[in-house]
Amino acid sequence: MAAVGLAVMALAHWLSVDYFYFAAYTILQFIVLSTAWNILGGYCGYVNFGTAAFFALGAYSTVFWHKFFPMPIPVLIVLGAVVSGIVGLGMGYLTLRLRGAFFSIATLAMAVVFQTLVVNWDFVGGSRGAYIIHPENSEFAGISVHYIEYLFMLMLALALIALVTARTIERSQLGYGFATIRDDELAAEACGVPTLRLKLIATTLSGAFMGMAGAPFPYYIGYLQPQSAFALDYAVNSIAMPMIGGTQTWVGPLIGAIVLGSAQQYATVTISSAANLLIVGLMLVAFVIIAPNGLLGLFEQIRARKKP
Amino acid sequence: MTALLHVDNISKRFGGFVALDGIDLEVEPGERVGLIGPNGSGKSTLVNCICGTLQNETGSVHFDGRTMDGLAAHERTHRGLARSFQLPRPFHSMSLADNLRIPLLYTVHARSGPLRSAADIETRCGELLKMVGLDNKARRRPRDLTQVEMRKLELARAMAAEPKLLIADESMAGLSHSEIEDILTLLKQLSERGITIILIEHIMSAVMSFSQRLAVLVSGKKIADGKPEDVVRDPEVVRAYLGQ
Amino acid sequence: MDFDFNLLMNAIASGLLLGGFYAAVTAGVSISFGMLDIVNIAHPAFVILGSYIAYYFSASLGVDPILVSIIALPAFYLLGGAIYQVYYLSFERRGQDALRGLAFFFGLLFVTEVTLLLTFGVDYRYVEAPYIGPSLHLGSIELPYRLLIPCVAAMLLYGALEVFVSRSFIGRAIMAVSQDQLALQLMAADPIRIKRIAFGISIATASLAGALLIVIQPVEPSVGRDYIGRVFAICVLGGLGSLPGALIAAFLLGVIESLTSTYYGPSWAPAVSFGVLLLTLAFRPAGLMGR
Repeated sequence: MAAVGLAVMALAHWLSVDYFYFAAYTILQFIVLSTAWNILGGYCGYVNFGTAAFFALGAYSTVFWHKFFPMPIPVLIVLGAVVSGIVGLGMGYLTLRLRGAFFSIATLAMAVVFQTLVVNWDFVGGSRGAYIIHPENSEFAGISVHYIEYLFMLMLALALIALVTARTIERSQLGYGFATIRDDELAAEACGVPTLRLKLIATTLSGAFMGMAGAPFPYYIGYLQPQSAFALDYAVNSIAMPMIGGTQTWVGPLIGAIVLGSAQQYATVTISSAANLLIVGLMLVAFVIIAPNGLLGLFEQIRARKKP
Repeated sequence: MTALLHVDNISKRFGGFVALDGIDLEVEPGERVGLIGPNGSGKSTLVNCICGTLQNETGSVHFDGRTMDGLAAHERTHRGLARSFQLPRPFHSMSLADNLRIPLLYTVHARSGPLRSAADIETRCGELLKMVGLDNKARRRPRDLTQVEMRKLELARAMAAEPKLLIADESMAGLSHSEIEDILTLLKQLSERGITIILIEHIMSAVMSFSQRLAVLVSGKKIADGKPEDVVRDPEVVRAYLGQ
Repeated sequence: MDFDFNLLMNAIASGLLLGGFYAAVTAGVSISFGMLDIVNIAHPAFVILGSYIAYYFSASLGVDPILVSIIALPAFYLLGGAIYQVYYLSFERRGQDALRGLAFFFGLLFVTEVTLLLTFGVDYRYVEAPYIGPSLHLGSIELPYRLLIPCVAAMLLYGALEVFVSRSFIGRAIMAVSQDQLALQLMAADPIRIKRIAFGISIATASLAGALLIVIQPVEPSVGRDYIGRVFAICVLGGLGSLPGALIAAFLLGVIESLTSTYYGPSWAPAVSFGVLLLTLAFRPAGLMGR
């Protein structure tokens, strides 16, 4: 895994095309968001519509600390993780006793409540938004790079951490526990699985990673507005990508993010930015109907049929 | 004389419907108790309340000298209470072996620390599957099983938790005569190892041959509790259940 | 401190009228979520679709928008039936987990909204009608007709639905299927057909609600998102499956929102409905008149 990451980094540096960094950053961001979503959604079966809230919390946490004194982004990422993680824990505590559909609606509700709170909080800019100025160049492992390349590296590292975490969970006892919650929570309890505790772990981890993805965002975009941070688009993407890739393993969100993310980048450039949302929506509906287990599921089916 | 399970005045309503009305029940360690009654009489509700899947409104449950009130279902399983579900509830996305792995990981380990290596867990899953005759399907998924095999898996999964008290909720429905005999033998073996068993069944021959004591539940009330020979001759029992 | 009684009364009055309208938007979800257990979070998008259809035909043909929506009812009914058919074949019959159903409707929400966006653009659209503008004055209370008429229409809708559900065979079959599907099957009624009819009715109400919406306020495609929370808050607060409950809850929510908006400013309004939803889920999930 790490080898692949280093290879990508080296290749990117050698190519040194700024647009590539901008586009790749977005896709890497989606990898983190969909992997994070999948921990609660795919592994445990609890659909979270509030991705945007956790993402925005990470972003606004950065804005908040930045007002006091600028900090290196890795620190901000950790802070963003802590803030979003705690919120994830709190949200989980309040909502995880609810039946599946109610939980999902509650997550949507929380996302809107947070958005309203932020919009009304002038310290972080409120509805007017907040500016973050960043240096032209930055240092990374001793090499001077464009700022966007620096952000790209960070996001790449984050994506790798997220993927490794998801993979580790999947193969561990925790992963088995999550799967029982998804399959049959009542039976899981009867077998001794502490379902509430596991669900809280899932929401905290999921929220923390989403916050981590959001923390560098103000630097990436320069001007942070609630509409862009809290956009429902994050929710639909973080749900569509794992569903298209496959929700059962860590590979699914990765594939979904790359496929759908690239398709969206292409559509934004060639058609319009509204079109890319249409694509996401259509693909989500199509895959959910035709291929409920995503691309990986289709792949499995083809492989199973080829066996003699 | 301390009973292993002491159910004291349990009541449960669903809206206006009274499912359980002041149930008392005591089960001694090692006992084999049968629980019978018409459909809808509250047997499964009682099991749910004992095991913590549902919250009883009045009364309390004591197990192994400790109160179970306020404890979540998984904690009661850790203390040694296990049950199989009347309608089987397997984990569909896992193989049969993995289904049994869950109680091993989450109950047995939780109780006594991870004493088992991965290889030991594999072996133990295999043993349990063999006991119910499903070892040849260890790698298969629950969707490949027949109804009958799913019931056996239910039972195996309950046994995997190494309980002190096992509640078997209608595990024998739909089984052939020889299959019923197999399950009975299995349960008797468990009983000989010291596991207390509550058997909930409609198949009277199995109940009579297995139980040392018989309790009868009708419309949420316990109307009889005693030696099987006496209970089946109780006129009220005959009227409410057996005479149908 | 001068307490402006007038302001309070007007806030409550417009809250009630608005609440009546909210009830109209919620009617569909009360059927699909309350009775059929289908989490159709795309319902507000269909309401917006209704708004745009009312707008389009009203603007081009000069017909009253509410009339347009009533004419469009059969089309929406068929759309609802088609959507349910897809939903049933893809999810209910396969016994899929709720995750997929939710994702399906979430996707539909986006597809509908973005299609409207691509077709009509981001500009606000509004309709013209003789009753938009003037108000009824009851003493010092002002009741704008553009709020009053939708409220009355909503009451009529609820009346009609209540009569349908309690008197007609199909209506009672719908209540039956929500409680015991097997029993209904044994009575030789096809539960799938019943559910399809019910879902069709649910979407049909969106047509009317959409027209009412655009009478009340100008509409653009993303307006529906505000209503997701409102609609589910009302459903849960009123108790799932209870039409009278939804009505009462809608009035309540309308008044709370109106008071919040008047005294604390309109930017807090979205938080109100979602906040109410969260509180209800936390403390009284069965709602006011839960089944």
